[in-house]
Amino acid sequence: MKQYVIIGNGVAAAGCIEGIRSVDPEGGITVISEEKRAVYCRPLISYYLEGKTDLDRIGYRGADFYESMRARVLLGRKAVRIDPDAREIELDDGEKIGYTELCIAAGSSPFVPPFEGLDSVKNKYSFMTLDDALALDRGIGPDSRVLIVGAGLIGLKCAEGLAGRVKSVTVCDLADRVLSSILDTECAAMMQRHLERHGISFFLNDSAARFEENTAYMKSGAAVPFDVLVLAVGVRANTSLFKDMGGEVNRGIIVDERMRTSAQGIYAAGDCAEGTDISIGQKRVLAILPNAYMQGHAAGVNMAGGCEVFDKAIPMNSIGFFGLHAMTAGSYDGELYEEKTENSLKRLFTGDDLLKGFILIGCDERAGIYTSMIREKTPLSSVDFTLLKKAATTAAFSAEERRKKFGGVV
Amino acid sequence: MKRVYVNEAWCLGCHLCEYNCAFANSGLSDMVLALKGKPIYPRIHVEENEQISYAVSCRHCKDPVCVKSCIAGALSKQDGVIRIDKNKCVACYTCVLVCPYGALAPSEAGVMQKCELCLQNACGEPACVKGCPNRAIVYEERGEAE
Ligand SMILES: Cc1cc2nc3c(=O)[nH]c(=O)nc-3n(C[C@H](O)[C@H](O)[C@H](O)COP(=O)(O)OP(=O)(O)OC[C@H]3O[C@@H](n4cnc5c(N)ncnc54)[C@H](O)[C@@H]3O)c2cc1C
Ligand code: SF4
Ligand code: SF4
Repeated sequence: MKQYVIIGNGVAAAGCIEGIRSVDPEGGITVISEEKRAVYCRPLISYYLEGKTDLDRIGYRGADFYESMRARVLLGRKAVRIDPDAREIELDDGEKIGYTELCIAAGSSPFVPPFEGLDSVKNKYSFMTLDDALALDRGIGPDSRVLIVGAGLIGLKCAEGLAGRVKSVTVCDLADRVLSSILDTECAAMMQRHLERHGISFFLNDSAARFEENTAYMKSGAAVPFDVLVLAVGVRANTSLFKDMGGEVNRGIIVDERMRTSAQGIYAAGDCAEGTDISIGQKRVLAILPNAYMQGHAAGVNMAGGCEVFDKAIPMNSIGFFGLHAMTAGSYDGELYEEKTENSLKRLFTGDDLLKGFILIGCDERAGIYTSMIREKTPLSSVDFTLLKKAATTAAFSAEERRKKFGGVV
Repeated sequence: MKRVYVNEAWCLGCHLCEYNCAFANSGLSDMVLALKGKPIYPRIHVEENEQISYAVSCRHCKDPVCVKSCIAGALSKQDGVIRIDKNKCVACYTCVLVCPYGALAPSEAGVMQKCELCLQNACGEPACVKGCPNRAIVYEERGEAE
């Protein structure tokens, strides 16, 4: 009987457990979880601050998840070493756990650059875990002035979550625009205006140079007083366990399309893994939840002796703030098709007879039709792209393709 | 498992399926009360180009990318049917971003909704199929994998 061990207990781990059980009902599964919680929806921690979810609903799976999957979870325990020769994991308390197949699903950790004077700030938080959100929830009040360092997805979701509950929210970033990893200048400006209308203030192209208790001194010289500081500069893949045993690591743990690492019997999935982004044809960490689940599931199936290839990974994000949604996918290289109104913006990027990527703000209907064309590499010459540009519709596909999709004809 | 299939050659483009869907899921017993003069939020929609029209609803995919992508654990597969727990949905639109068929759309309340084959409402079987005047959509077993 196989003994599966999973390091980490996030969504990638949940995918791995479900993947294993889809093939092997019997093997033992042990999950090592540093956080003392059943798997929860990490992206919902800002919704928790807003009151749009609560501790009951934030769970990723039902209360009987581990029991129904016959998985043993070690909560509050940390894996500190992997011994690939003995096929053993060492835990923080010295206990050793043997494995026949191992999945590293250790996620990522907040990255905090060395700011001068950061130690003098008392009320400071990261925004990665539910415990971070609960601590922040306790640390704020209606009179709090909050400064968030980082105008990326995590920082801005935090800003949205806090906006209605504190006196002011200011966000600063070295980048010259918000959401710089997914939006181009014009799209970012549109989103920024929307956020500003909802009371968020920005210092962009500028960031904190040093802190003195409750004041941040910006690179530009401005002094920003605050009561609560949130650090959301970026995240780093948790690769050290695997790196220390001599495994192949770049920014993340390098995996192939079946989530196998460079070490025999060891797989990796989720935010800690670096697989191929097919929209650019290069290895890349894609720290998004769908990727974590799909990689985890593929790892699980393969660990259990099945075969699941996951070769459809692309960056894709749907992120909304105060009712305005931005959807992005793929890469923004190629010829641009654009439609603009006062409240919406659509940008499609094409090249090599393919849809390469898109940015959609305020026009999200049936966007998955576009996304699937990127994931499936649908040749544009096989569809009516003139129709498709105007609106995402399956009517632009060939009659035969539609019969396959909707007529059950294979 | 039985699914809803379309025969686009027979679709009249009358949009009745959309109305029957909205009514069946309204929880009301009077169609006029349920729909008249209000915007409707059906879980099936008629797509068309210059030549054809046909109704699209959730395919209850064997490998449901929506379930795998939902950031709130709100989508799940139960006995082959892809279901949504509206109480857990936070309306992030990730499922809309990934569904290859455009089968999810927001409900009146803002959270997502999708076809659940009317198995949970008073109709008990797809109301769209029942009401289609030309049998352009049918509910049957065609041996596709669950
Ligand atoms: C605020 C916020 C909002 C987000 N919003 C979105 C969104 O809208 N859409 C989206 O797609 N993605 C979003 N993400 C990203 C998404 O949450 C992640 O991509 C996803 O959770 C990754 O899952 P994972 O299982 O790989 O890692 P994680 O969820 O990070 O889980 C890894 C777990 O492993 C544990 N661990 C690490 N090392 C060890 C060890 N040595 N021993 C034992 N346990 C260990 C950690 O404690 C952690 O609990 C968001 C993230 C944040 C923080
Ligand atoms: S909502 Fe879309 S992706 Fe999900 S099961 Fe239905 S058709 Fe498939
Ligand atoms: S909109 Fe709702 S159902 Fe769709 S992915 Fe987001 S939380 Fe899940």
